[in-house]
Amino acid sequence: MTNQLYGPVDDVAAQAGHADDHPPRVGFLTDTSVCIGCKACEVACKEWNLVPEDGMDLLGSSYDNTGDLGANTWRHVAFIEQAAPRRELVDLGMPGKGPPGHVAEGLPDAPPGGQQTEQSDRDVRWLMMSDVCKHCTHAACLDVCPTGSLFRTEFGTVVVQEDICNGCGYCVPACPYGVLDVRPEDGRVWKCTLCYDRLSDGMEPACAKACPTDSIQFGPLDELRERGAQRVRELHEAGVEEARLYGEDPNDGVGGDGAFFLLLDEPEVYGLPPDPVVTTRDLPSMWKHAAAAGATAAAAVIAAFVGTRR
Amino acid sequence: MAECHPVGFQWVMEAKRRGATVIHVDPRFTRTSALADAHVPLRAGSDIAFLGGLINYVLTNELDFREYVVEYTNAAAIVDQEFQDTEDLDGLFSGFDQESMTYNPLSWAYEGARATAAAGHRDMPKPEAGAAAAEEEAGAGAGEEAGSGGPPVPGKPERDPTLQHPRCVYQILKRHFSRYTPDVVEQICGVPKDQFLQVAHAVTRSSGRDKTTAWVYSVGWTQHTVGVQYIRTAAILQLLLGNIGRPGGGILALRGHASIQGSTDIPTLFNLLPGYIPMPHAHHDETLEEFVESDAGSTGFWGNMRAYAVSLLKAWWGPHATEDNDYCFGYLPRLTGDHGTYRTVLDQIAGKVQGYFVIGENPAVGSSNAKLQRLGLANLEWLVVRDLQMIETATFWQNAPELETGELETERIGTEVFFLPAASHTEKDGTFTNTQRLLQWHHKAVEPAGDRRSDLWFYYHLGRRIRQKLATSTDPRDRPVLELTWQYPTEGDHDEPSADAVLREISGVDADGNPLPGYTQLSDDGSTACGCWIYCGCYADGVNQTARRKPGSEQSWVAPEWAWAWPDNRRIIYNRASADPDGRPWSERKAYVWWDREQGRWTGHDTPDFEATKPPDFEPEPGAHAQHALAGTDAFIMQTDGKAWLYVPTGLLDGPLPTHYEPEESPVDNLLYGQRANPARRLYRHPANPYQPRGGDTFPYVFTTYRLTEHHTAGGMSRFLPYLSELQPEFFCEVSPELAAERDLEHGGWATIVTARTAVEARVLVTERMRPLRVQDRVVHQVGVPYHWGPNGISTGDAGNELLPAVLDPNVNIQESKASTCDVVPGRRPRGPDLQRLVADYRTRAGMSGSTDTATNGATTDSTTTDGAVMNRRTGA
Repeated sequence: MTNQLYGPVDDVAAQAGHADDHPPRVGFLTDTSVCIGCKACEVACKEWNLVPEDGMDLLGSSYDNTGDLGANTWRHVAFIEQAAPRRELVDLGMPGKGPPGHVAEGLPDAPPGGQQTEQSDRDVRWLMMSDVCKHCTHAACLDVCPTGSLFRTEFGTVVVQEDICNGCGYCVPACPYGVLDVRPEDGRVWKCTLCYDRLSDGMEPACAKACPTDSIQFGPLDELRERGAQRVRELHEAGVEEARLYGEDPNDGVGGDGAFFLLLDEPEVYGLPPDPVVTTRDLPSMWKHAAAAGATAAAAVIAAFVGTRR
Repeated sequence: MAECHPVGFQWVMEAKRRGATVIHVDPRFTRTSALADAHVPLRAGSDIAFLGGLINYVLTNELDFREYVVEYTNAAAIVDQEFQDTEDLDGLFSGFDQESMTYNPLSWAYEGARATAAAGHRDMPKPEAGAAAAEEEAGAGAGEEAGSGGPPVPGKPERDPTLQHPRCVYQILKRHFSRYTPDVVEQICGVPKDQFLQVAHAVTRSSGRDKTTAWVYSVGWTQHTVGVQYIRTAAILQLLLGNIGRPGGGILALRGHASIQGSTDIPTLFNLLPGYIPMPHAHHDETLEEFVESDAGSTGFWGNMRAYAVSLLKAWWGPHATEDNDYCFGYLPRLTGDHGTYRTVLDQIAGKVQGYFVIGENPAVGSSNAKLQRLGLANLEWLVVRDLQMIETATFWQNAPELETGELETERIGTEVFFLPAASHTEKDGTFTNTQRLLQWHHKAVEPAGDRRSDLWFYYHLGRRIRQKLATSTDPRDRPVLELTWQYPTEGDHDEPSADAVLREISGVDADGNPLPGYTQLSDDGSTACGCWIYCGCYADGVNQTARRKPGSEQSWVAPEWAWAWPDNRRIIYNRASADPDGRPWSERKAYVWWDREQGRWTGHDTPDFEATKPPDFEPEPGAHAQHALAGTDAFIMQTDGKAWLYVPTGLLDGPLPTHYEPEESPVDNLLYGQRANPARRLYRHPANPYQPRGGDTFPYVFTTYRLTEHHTAGGMSRFLPYLSELQPEFFCEVSPELAAERDLEHGGWATIVTARTAVEARVLVTERMRPLRVQDRVVHQVGVPYHWGPNGISTGDAGNELLPAVLDPNVNIQESKASTCDVVPGRRPRGPDLQRLVADYRTRAGMSGSTDTATNGATTDSTTTDGAVMNRRTGA
């Protein structure tokens, strides 16, 4: 198999040199339609991975006082309060949601969790999403790491070996999602390992284990992609037309994420880039350009000398 | 529920996925609202009007589950003609005594039952003992003592199964709620009529033979001066719709802590003994027989109370408890009145209490009007605080706000404080009892570090040492302590008592020491011992049944082999009601337990909550006793009449039916009655506990206190942990953009929230999730005040509960902390004596003098003390 920096990859672990009997690629499906914003994932992650506390700041950003993913926050729950023009109440007897034969009744046609009051001309929606490292198929962080500290595990995940990391920070701007971050106290890079140590012992990652509503689902990526597609169909049938997957497509700019999401709005609403591209996508052509430029420069120099002789 | 019970909320999400409709009724838009199909914001403190509106909707449109209602509830019972409703008396029921602010429930009785009912009111003083005694005893929270079944009424009432008799419960109910129309709901609750009707349609359409609706509540319902009646209103609605005793139905009380259900079953309450046996009152020479007689009633399963009580006494005093000495009944403590937490604290301030144990609770910042608590703590001789962290209740002498204002001085506080570190649940064996009555065993995972010890260790060794000290005493008053059964095996370096042995004692044994299978085996002749009759059988067959953890996937959907539910491992109580009067399931879809004609017994998915072989057509012999007096259709087997009570003829202290009353502090008058607030509410008049007067615009906004997912109650388990503190690092309040504009509040800035008690400062979150509501032609703004904070720990801030008055529900002595009024101004609060000046200024503007006489509805005032002399100092003067 040849190395690839872009496009779909059938077997990332094999591509990284793991033997044929490596375990299947695993990841997360984070279904935000059932996220209750309890932040158990944040806490479980910190407890298991001994990640330090990340600052006692009231951010005024709804119930989010974590702010962003970083060296000291590997799971981050975003809270998005949306006020939208009020929808008209429709008549009762909304057709059934759920399995055939069941009829749910008598509810206004509000968005999930919509709030309506007569005194107001607006609806409120409160979206919650637990963000995490995407464990990209094409992980630019890994591509640019000069020490080999970042590596692809046999599970197809991307992990930093902090004892090798020299703190050069190349990976930080390389990440299209802004996940990688240097811990100021020790100068090294820290991020989600998808609980590599737990996976090695046959356990699911701490965040998925702690999630009470199964918003964070862990499993073989193929299975999660099927589950995600099924859940989107379910939600569409139930009238939640905004439901969509984000990061599951192997044809996207990063070759698909190992950790992908079911969102209820545009990715930008959640602070996610709408169309992320692996920053090393153009590396081969950049090398070509660089080589061409080098060759041109060399040619010019040679030409100059040749000219002098002449 | 998502906010405070995220783990339990997974089942709501699962139900939703399976097609359930989730409606969230709450003043605030919370995490629950975010995931619900609809959020219905209503004014804090107006839920009875909302639920009453639903009841009226059901009755007006005759949408009740008629067969269920006639057979299983007391809808057909005829009520005494002396009874007068709030509709007749402008908000009062018959029997109210203005002077003592208490009810005499005589006239509420079933027809023909008056005289007897009066004699049998749960071991309370007889009515002829006078109003003063009645008031004192009422304070003992007698309503609570009916915890696991109704109080006794004599035998079966007269009935009209056609429900046409003008004095039958059904007709009384209809009249009582007739004015709770959708328009009135809109006026009182601020819920638009169309939205209310949508809820009404959803609830009624999802109830009946083939469907059930469940109601889930938390302290948002209980913490009101009418808290018990809130739950009663929901119970009436659920009974009318046939949603009790059936799968998918019921009313689920979400508790505030992991084992609050357990702490009422085996009570930490002053007025109860284990298994909801009432604590005896201080009568002269009362015998066990008289105690049981006045409490138990003779029919229904409470008719066996003597067996439960004798078995309890045998568990406590073992061989010392004999028939000759009335099984040591005289050793039980006696009640002389209200010994609830707020009364006790006032007694501390008055210098009447010497010592105090505070276990796993942080009243110095967690209780309503927390200042009262601190003044009480500062006036003790000794205080023991057992907690995981150094909480404010242990450090009040160091950092109470009163030190800053000069009301207290550390040097003058004589209380000797003992702080004892406690082991957490991972460091000890034991059970949690959840709201489903499920006892779940937890195993010790690690040894408690350092000086941390379990509560079991503490009480066992405290008792052991006290008994050692008393060993040579000949004083008769020491006999109850010395004769206690106090022999538990201990293990390990710290002599940790065996929790397993305690559970075994609770479950009960026969005369030979063999484990009992269940409470029906309990005997009143001293041959059985059982620490809590409703838990009897949790150690059946010598196996810790509570430790069972068979996965749900390996057993039936009822999962009877996961842990153990009281009573008798029943997962749904009163499940006889899941079958029709003939014993057939109401529908295939909702089949749960049913009568198997061939085998001649009840069977089904769960343990039937009925005598196994009593056929549906059974009619009791006249004069039969206990369960033998119940017919084959009397599904509510703990009630003396076997019926669920839509109307409560006796047992409640504030009326036989729920009635909308405004909270003690409310921005509006009662739209329905001249009587504004619950007339029987428990007021504590004290200079440090002033109540705001009605009317005026000094305190124009409604506020409600609550918890956030990230913190736990008064913060003892969360504010000291970095991983939780960073998630909600500071005290904040939530206001709508409209209120922010009205009061110049800046998002992220500071606000000072003021009540007649004090003022606190909080950071401001301006959010669309808070909505102004239109109530009786005015806009009502609500302020959200999470109450987790205090000065200790990592995440610090003022304590929101400082703002609240101490005013209680009379039945269960629970404070009204979910609805009150305040003012909000931008900026931080004043420091030191300036804080007192600010509050004093507000009181003056509100027309409050230094006294506490605040014109609360004809209530008498017994205090004219001024603010200067708050305490009768016990020590340190």
